[in-house]
Amino acid sequence: MPIDIDIAKVARLARLALSDEELDLYRAQCEVVLEHAALVQALPTEGVEPTSHPLRRTNAFREDVVTECLDTEEVLAQAPDRDGNYFRVPPILEEP
Amino acid sequence: MKFEPVIGIETHVELTTASKMFCGCPVEFGAPPNTNVCPVCLGLPGALPVVNHTAVEYAMKIGLGLQCEIAPHSVFSRKNYFYPDMPKNYQISQYDLPLCIDGYIDIETDEGSARVGITRVHMEEDTGKSTHLGAGGRIGAGSQTLLDFNRAGVPLMEIVSEPDLRSAVQARAYAEEVRGVVKRLGVSDVKLEEGSMRFDANISLRPEGASTFGTKVEVKNMNSLRSVQRALEYEIKRQAAVLEAGEEVVQETRHWNEEDGTTAAMRSKEEAFDYRYFPEPDLVPIAVDEAWRSEVASGLPELPAQARERYRAQGLEPTTAGLLSREVDLGRVFEDAVGAGADARTVANWLTGEVTAWLRKESLLLPDSHLDGAALAELEAMVGAGDLSATAAKDVLGGVLSGEGRPAEVAESRDLIQVSDSASLEPAVDAVLAANSDAFEKLKSGDHKVMGFLIGQVMRSTGGKADPAAVTRIINERAG
Amino acid sequence: MTDLADLTLSEATSGLQGGEMTAVELLEAVHRRATMTEAQLHAYLNIDRPGAARAAVAADSALGKGAAVSKLTGIPVALKDNLVTRGLETTCSSKILAGYLPPYDATVVGRLREAGSVIVGKTNLDEFAMGSSTENSAYGTSRNPWNPERVPGGSSGGSAAAVAVGSALAALGSDTGGSIRQPASLCGIVGMKPTYGLVSRYGLIAFASSLDQIGPLTRTVTDSVTVLEALAGYDPADSTSHPGAVPDFRAGLERGVAGLRIGVVSELSGEGIDPQVQAAVARMVTSLEGEGAKVTEVSLPSFEYALSAYYLIAPAECSANLARFDGVRYGLRRDGDTVEEMMANTRAEGFGPEVTRRILLGTYALSAGYYDAFYGQAQRVRTLILNDFDSAYGQVDVLVSPTSPTTAFEVGARATDPLAMYMSDVCTIPSNLSGHPGISVPVGLDDAGLPIGFQVMAPALGEEVLFQVAAEVERIAGFSERPALANSRADI
Ligand SMILES: [Zn+2]
Repeated sequence: MPIDIDIAKVARLARLALSDEELDLYRAQCEVVLEHAALVQALPTEGVEPTSHPLRRTNAFREDVVTECLDTEEVLAQAPDRDGNYFRVPPILEEP
Repeated sequence: MKFEPVIGIETHVELTTASKMFCGCPVEFGAPPNTNVCPVCLGLPGALPVVNHTAVEYAMKIGLGLQCEIAPHSVFSRKNYFYPDMPKNYQISQYDLPLCIDGYIDIETDEGSARVGITRVHMEEDTGKSTHLGAGGRIGAGSQTLLDFNRAGVPLMEIVSEPDLRSAVQARAYAEEVRGVVKRLGVSDVKLEEGSMRFDANISLRPEGASTFGTKVEVKNMNSLRSVQRALEYEIKRQAAVLEAGEEVVQETRHWNEEDGTTAAMRSKEEAFDYRYFPEPDLVPIAVDEAWRSEVASGLPELPAQARERYRAQGLEPTTAGLLSREVDLGRVFEDAVGAGADARTVANWLTGEVTAWLRKESLLLPDSHLDGAALAELEAMVGAGDLSATAAKDVLGGVLSGEGRPAEVAESRDLIQVSDSASLEPAVDAVLAANSDAFEKLKSGDHKVMGFLIGQVMRSTGGKADPAAVTRIINERAG
Repeated sequence: MTDLADLTLSEATSGLQGGEMTAVELLEAVHRRATMTEAQLHAYLNIDRPGAARAAVAADSALGKGAAVSKLTGIPVALKDNLVTRGLETTCSSKILAGYLPPYDATVVGRLREAGSVIVGKTNLDEFAMGSSTENSAYGTSRNPWNPERVPGGSSGGSAAAVAVGSALAALGSDTGGSIRQPASLCGIVGMKPTYGLVSRYGLIAFASSLDQIGPLTRTVTDSVTVLEALAGYDPADSTSHPGAVPDFRAGLERGVAGLRIGVVSELSGEGIDPQVQAAVARMVTSLEGEGAKVTEVSLPSFEYALSAYYLIAPAECSANLARFDGVRYGLRRDGDTVEEMMANTRAEGFGPEVTRRILLGTYALSAGYYDAFYGQAQRVRTLILNDFDSAYGQVDVLVSPTSPTTAFEVGARATDPLAMYMSDVCTIPSNLSGHPGISVPVGLDDAGLPIGFQVMAPALGEEVLFQVAAEVERIAGFSERPALANSRADI
């Protein structure tokens, strides 16, 4: 199955600022891998339920109990940029 | 051409569990920034979520309160998009297999009653909070953004309605009813101003009688019940004008601006509709069997619709009954007062009138005041016994609310006890009749129009404490 | 006199508990071995000398008091650098996490500390565990102790090399598509991937959450059991953790294989398997038969699709798991005028080519219109693989195959051909898709003097029989050769 990836769109979705040369290289490589991976489509799977967990466990819960939080200073010490007790980032342009 | 609005509402509700959806950090409003955080809710490498059992039960309660089916098998999914206040850059949510499906609520407005379908109720996690520095705190204009992750991971329920609403008034009634249900269930503090309950609307217009849908617009940022109605009224007019001009409505998200009363298009990202959902591999499915479902169902309190029925049966007007059923604190005091023997309509009118106005003025909630059902019943009994005038009763109510004491104490200290025994009133009446002999003569000759004037004079001379009924009786005796 | 760095874990345990040596002496021997070999091997990203010294002193104190100690008390253990360690730099071999100091310990790290083991340091890996050679590390390639021109395998290549050469007595790795078993095979040691859910993943920096599992790399099967005993068991912090009883890993070690039914996987023999590897595996199967096992050939047709399914599922999960690395809260940041640009610049700069490629693959496979054809279909294929395993385990107790189709290949040989590299995991991937346990045991050397690994697979929670067979394989093979680098003596 020939695969044709809009690699620039995928890179935007994945938040990766790649050059045109990089995009070309990755598109070629991804297409090769996907063509191989697309072999899965040859297998008839009608009526087969997908497995997303190898162990079929359900209802793993925790009780609604408050536990200790991290030390704010230890957390913010890892921040690339901060302002007091806040993480600081460049301005946001888009709504979520 | 006449257009019919088609409106659906998405409601987000933060739950008042003790801890967050997937970690043990406290759910708390107003804590110092980045203090209620841990590896899980900060999305630190290696951390894993674990579902809060109580949050699931709260979600089931909301579903049951909205007459939904509880899915025997539901799963969490990852909703992928990048946003700096969302630590993992995906939100754990539910997608194709939500916890609750296919419910409804009934609403009543001046336009009549309507049944509104509930498509689904699902569980997810809230994001952190962004503060945009500079340019009035608006997105896209500031110089920097500050991030606080205390809210990240707070249990968030999304309630999605069917597009069954046909007017802004209905939309508001729907929002009020959903809020009332959630409030009665006691699973959220439903504070719109603090964002613990948020409404977004999808709205399109179509020619009246048409069965297809028009292009829909999403309206966000409606921070009060009133703004739900205002925003949709505005949007209906705006879309109608667009259509009447022969143009097409653009599918977009619009932001309601409370100050200038308009909606404006938001800059939306290109990939907004490619969330790449897939089942959350760090969590296992939720299986609800009949035993669990019925255990939760049996613990449900009375819902607004049922309370409203009872209140109507007690002789209350539909709007009064509706308000008391949704505002569970008012409803509780009402029931306590009636239980203590008070007249239902009088007490209900006080609660929806003076009491609500006072609470709004003071920005308080009923439990923060000093009013309870026993006090209301006592007050109502004093009016019934003629010890207080209706006007004085409202005065006393204010005193009770602000903690001046029991009704009798407040009436006493404010000197509002009504005088109704003849022996005390006769001298005052006689003095007024003597001073206004012309009017008294007219009365005696059958001109009853002057009665009000004479009573008013007695009330004035007694400083408003005379019982008008007793005064009337004495004047009638004197007139023979 | 034996260099202490050449002891197996169980030899060291008896030495420590018998008072023949101290934990500090053992650690010093391991440090000397590291000093001699690291320049060539680069097994470690970071050796925590002060932390290890404190732990060794504490272990000696516990041992000296005759207090209740565990088999791991005083044992130097290395950690793959995708396991978070409080206050100890954890990078996943990625530039994007350079300098990152986690504020908490992974559950397995906590369990090792409680058991009294001495954490030597953090070992090299393919960036975010994506690779089969440890060449995809932002901090340099690790080398194979048997021949430094060759790769140690991956992604737990640093852990495998360290244990093989003696710069740790045991190590932890993670196995998403063979990342413990394949490097163990290439380095001539024992590498074991437990049943999914048996060991908590809390604190393992996720690659593909539904496939990742932590396990031990050791010199012997018994040592593998000893480490796994410390790691395994329910962890409420991991929702996918197995809440039931833990199998008795040790029970079958002396039992032999008489009467056991062993299935040879047809799809994992013949074509694509190096003839010398094939021959070694066949010889071992014959020997097992000689010890009384009933050997049959078993076909699992869906295995043909396992690699394809894996290369859809793993990238898809990784594309979401790695979204959190955005320059906001920790790690690398590259500036931008807007937060969107900052994130995109940071990620482009911080991730290496293999990670970038897999993120792109996964993003595409999940994006609108492709989910069902790719990810959805792969998850259904996974069900078929599970079904094939189930029916195979209706006929046999364990399945066997080579661990890796080849022995260690040369550094750079597969670096430019992703598909060729991905083929390295063809024998190990099915157990990740099924969540079943697997183990690689060294059975000999090829003509080039490179180790060959033999893989045993068992059903979910079948660790008892897995170790039973592995122990017999180990006994039969009598593999006692040591890599040349390990023989560079400390006392020279
Ligand atoms: Zn938390």
